[in-house]
Amino acid sequence: MNKTIGTTELAIALGLSEEEFNLIKDKLGREPNEFETYLFSAQWSEHCGYKHSKSLLKKLPVNIEDENAGYIKIDENAIVFKVESHNHPSAVEPYQGAATGIGGIVRDVLAMGARPIALLDSLRFGDLKDPISKNIFEGVVHGISGYGNSIGVPTVAGETYFNKTYSTNPLVNVMCVGIAKESELTYSKAKEHNKYFVYFGAKTGRDGIHGASFASKELSGKDDRPSVQVGDPFSEKNLIEATLEVLKIPGVLASQDMGAAGLLSSSSEMAYKGNLGFELYLDQVPIREENMKPWEMMLSESQERMLFLIEPGTEKQIKKIADKYFLEMSVIGKTTYERNMKAYFNREELCNLSLEHLVNAPNLVIKAETPNYFYVHRARKNPNITKHPKMIFSELLKHPNIASKEWVYKQYDYKVGNSTVITPGNADASVIWIKGSDKGIAMTIDGNGPMTFLNPYEGSRNIVFEAARNLVSVGATPKGVTDNMNFGNPEQLEVVWQFEQSIKGISSACRELETPVTGGNVSFYNESGDSAIYPTPVIGMVGEVKNINNIMTMDFKFPSDLVYLVGKTTINRDYLGGSLYQEIAGDFIGGEVDKVRTLFELGLHKSILKIIEENIANAVHDVSKGGIAIALAEMAIKGQKGFKGLVGENNEEFFGENQSRFIVTVPSENKEVFLQTMSKMKMEYKKIGRVLPEEYGFDCGFGKVDMEEMKKYYYDSIPNAMED
Amino acid sequence: MPKIKAGVIVFPGSNCDRDAGFALEKIGFDYDYIWHDFEKVLDYDFLFLPGGFSYGDYLRAGALAKFSPVMKNVEKFIENERGLVLGVCNGFQILTESGILKGALSQNEKMKFICDDVDVEIKNRKSPFTKYIEKETLEIPIAHMDGNFKIEEKDYKELKNNDQIVFEYKDNPNGSYKNIAGIMNDKKNVLGMMPHPERNAVKLLGNGDGASILLSIRRFLENE
Repeated sequence: MNKTIGTTELAIALGLSEEEFNLIKDKLGREPNEFETYLFSAQWSEHCGYKHSKSLLKKLPVNIEDENAGYIKIDENAIVFKVESHNHPSAVEPYQGAATGIGGIVRDVLAMGARPIALLDSLRFGDLKDPISKNIFEGVVHGISGYGNSIGVPTVAGETYFNKTYSTNPLVNVMCVGIAKESELTYSKAKEHNKYFVYFGAKTGRDGIHGASFASKELSGKDDRPSVQVGDPFSEKNLIEATLEVLKIPGVLASQDMGAAGLLSSSSEMAYKGNLGFELYLDQVPIREENMKPWEMMLSESQERMLFLIEPGTEKQIKKIADKYFLEMSVIGKTTYERNMKAYFNREELCNLSLEHLVNAPNLVIKAETPNYFYVHRARKNPNITKHPKMIFSELLKHPNIASKEWVYKQYDYKVGNSTVITPGNADASVIWIKGSDKGIAMTIDGNGPMTFLNPYEGSRNIVFEAARNLVSVGATPKGVTDNMNFGNPEQLEVVWQFEQSIKGISSACRELETPVTGGNVSFYNESGDSAIYPTPVIGMVGEVKNINNIMTMDFKFPSDLVYLVGKTTINRDYLGGSLYQEIAGDFIGGEVDKVRTLFELGLHKSILKIIEENIANAVHDVSKGGIAIALAEMAIKGQKGFKGLVGENNEEFFGENQSRFIVTVPSENKEVFLQTMSKMKMEYKKIGRVLPEEYGFDCGFGKVDMEEMKKYYYDSIPNAMED
Repeated sequence: MPKIKAGVIVFPGSNCDRDAGFALEKIGFDYDYIWHDFEKVLDYDFLFLPGGFSYGDYLRAGALAKFSPVMKNVEKFIENERGLVLGVCNGFQILTESGILKGALSQNEKMKFICDDVDVEIKNRKSPFTKYIEKETLEIPIAHMDGNFKIEEKDYKELKNNDQIVFEYKDNPNGSYKNIAGIMNDKKNVLGMMPHPERNAVKLLGNGDGASILLSIRRFLENE
């Protein structure tokens, strides 16, 4: 290729806009060469450059800037966690897309020097009746199972949701939680010049080249497969153990995983953060394919690779560890005082770029515009659904969005690591024990597409509070948040508005909860053809369990326990927007989304935590999708107990979704102390029924339903759909 | 009395090694981790081959681990009746692949990984691994892709006649022949089982049933 004439076309072909390319030329004062054009195309992709999101992301209340992953503290421990999306790769190659999604987020946590101890996944697919969606669903779950199980990190919680908006663009968001002593954390910032960059891990191949720019465009519908990386869980497992050993060596100064835009972004970001520059010797990169071009080595997203910055002289110690775990190790560069990036291949200089120019992708600010749909949907009145509640009840129970996800999580090793105290499906959050202490970590991941579609601001606030309620219901105090923003094309005004509103909503809720956003991920361009997904922010939240021996699950425990609704005790019919029953039974999405009243909500959390702490309750469950009737049904099914009570008289009361509600069961001998606590906390409550033996059946006000029938609906729905 | 000395064999790709260490400590063993390239005599009373995906399990589960240097010494340890050996999950697969135990472990009948808690019945109550267990049925977690035990009929009869079948599933999760969940060698100093006793060794992580197996091993080694 002719270097001076061809670079413009090359830049455009690689996804840079003409304006961006002109900007690059202005900054450099010259035309970039071919190699440099490749670097800019990757570093300035939306995925690496956060062009459309960085000004808004600054609104989030953070507690740590620009690290591989953020953390919260529990005693002397740092609980490191982060969520990341692998939506586009999973659409094209479901197994590898999901598998490498896990690999990447595990390495982000690992790079901090933390041992990965739990995985959570938030998955969204199209309608389960659609064979393509089913195929993607099966492949993604299989990929998580294949990779996650093998690396020995338990997959302990998650959510799976089906809606046709995700048909060709599934959402695969994976969150990893790790643990380290806070004093032993490693950071990614290079602090001094003349330190060595060490390549560590698997060899570099051509897989995943342009993965970053691939993630930053809509799927073409043609063959996008070469952009998907391939994972090797055996290397990852070795990399985990090896990295934890390497980071203990005092001469190892900084680390980062080679994620999006591989070697390029890891090296440039490490140096840039330390106000330094660097040199790379690309002939030293371990490769597994012949004749790889230097730019391919820079952009390759081959998996299972880390970049360390080390004190010269520690190479031997690191090499020994690499050999022990069958990994490659090579000194490939050094930091420099001058803030430039220089790359060489066999001493030939390939580039000399100011890091300032390379790393700082332009900040694109598009003024948001409130779309019409927002007003139109908001004004729609609740549908008049005349179906009998009993019918709606069974439709909901067997709907894949409510039915048991056992088919999914039984394929995941959720117990490896020997510390999963609350396993999937038994409570609103999972709990991992911090061994050697009485403490635990509660974790959850949650989103609600229809709700954030109808009202991105209130909907986003709601999912943050919903995640917090998940943690509270097991007896944990919410401590920190990671967010995965899944949105459409950020060049569209409507999407900009959704994104802006959502960020504002998450920010305000996190401030009110005092849970910092420790890190996260933005995924744009989630659309295929003309169909955009629901704007879907996903919230991962981590909380502290003060006493691991005193945690709560949702299953009904003993017949004759009293059942209370705590929190908002009267349904607000004007705020049922996004309720699942309206969509399923009335084919309706619209209306006003409920709003959280902060002081009431925080008081509710305190009340629930108090009754758990003082052993007043036997079961706690937060009321969400499907409303009170479904929440009670889940408690009955899990506990293999019956229920009799009266929760309302109409569909809105049975199935309507409002915020700020919990169901609590109390043994009759604790009734008085429960009532006293509620009045002391000034919290609203209402008695709604009693736990009964399973043989009695389930009756919450619309007639008795047989428990066996309910279990069949609940447990058989997804396996049946998958066997069809 | 000095503590019983246990060695947890760690292959690259093992991922239940630290879980085994945790459980052994809780049950009162002294323990070391032994890396797969260990070539000296195994001076231990008890060896634990943990679960995981040794060498990635890319050929067949457990197929590559049998070539590791440490396995030669494990074989000598067994031959010389130096102590007891327990292989769990991938450890069981390694034991069948290396011919120490009969049979083979193939992919689960439904072709999917299964993580669950299962009930296993103790079929041999005299073995060193079960002698001191009072319960007749234990609830123990499983987590495997290849746990479907297969064996030739004549070998099965031999196992049966010689009381080498130690555990059977109550509700067969993976298609194993005759519900077999765990077997011994003919010397009865090696037990291989798919369920993970180390994952249910303390009450917080289950009902504690897994502890009874490790406790039985400890008491046997202390007393006999």
